Amino acid sequence: MTLNDIMFYLFAGSILTFSVMTVTSRRILRSAVYLLFVLVSTAGLYFMLKYNFLAAVQLTVYAGGIIVLIIFSILLTSHVSEKAVVAPIRQQIFSALAVAAGAVLTIMTIFKFAFVPSAATAIDSNVTNVGRALVSTGRDGFALPFEVISVLLLAAMVGAIVLAKKEKTQNPANSPKS
Amino acid sequence: MIDNIPLNSFLVISTLMFFIGIYGFLTRRNLITMLMSIELILNSVNINFVVFNRFLYPNQLHGHFFSLIVIAVAASEAAVAIAIIINIYRNFKSIDVDNLDQMKF
Repeated sequence: MTLNDIMFYLFAGSILTFSVMTVTSRRILRSAVYLLFVLVSTAGLYFMLKYNFLAAVQLTVYAGGIIVLIIFSILLTSHVSEKAVVAPIRQQIFSALAVAAGAVLTIMTIFKFAFVPSAATAIDSNVTNVGRALVSTGRDGFALPFEVISVLLLAAMVGAIVLAKKEKTQNPANSPKS
Repeated sequence: MIDNIPLNSFLVISTLMFFIGIYGFLTRRNLITMLMSIELILNSVNINFVVFNRFLYPNQLHGHFFSLIVIAVAASEAAVAIAIIINIYRNFKSIDVDNLDQMKF
């Protein structure tokens, strides 16, 4: 049992534990914090796979951006001490059964399929290589997805502002329901 | 094999995470917690892409860029979804899906 194994099982255990706690915790704010732990452990897995840039993006965008956004909206829409409504026990049991069946089937399929790990020399995913690939238009270039994602981010930003903006109404008594 | 950890253990973790996310999506009644379940699902898919890239095609970076783009799409999706949720809260004073049946025909 090397240090790498120990780190892997640590990350795997924390991912699974905190995932379960994210979907079962009755307090919404706590469940957001558990989600933060899941995302940080995932970044740890990326570091173990030696994708340092991706792990940094995971930490900044997911753990830094999305979690802050989610906590912000939780504080806007519910009280901190408010407990989430639980689904009826019947629905919980049937969901758990369906999910367990799917998980067992998928894991059996994974173990049945013979993956052949490649012995090719690994390309170094440092920032130079990543940046070159992002702007090159050649065979291994990703210029088109890069441009598409920038347009998508702009559209999402404008859309979010327009959606969340407070409408100016003529009669301030109640907002239009239509 | 990277550091003696087999490919299958990564895949098992991401599978379990995916189905835990689906369980949360099916049983939660609050829009924000449903959004958090979706984030779990997207994250597990990201792990799959990265692991396949590292183990099966280490001389390319396609899976790496796929997960980068999935992260960007997840960020924009979360922003728009939270704008919609805040708008719903403003109109209905609740974000429980049980109360949101105004559009039912």
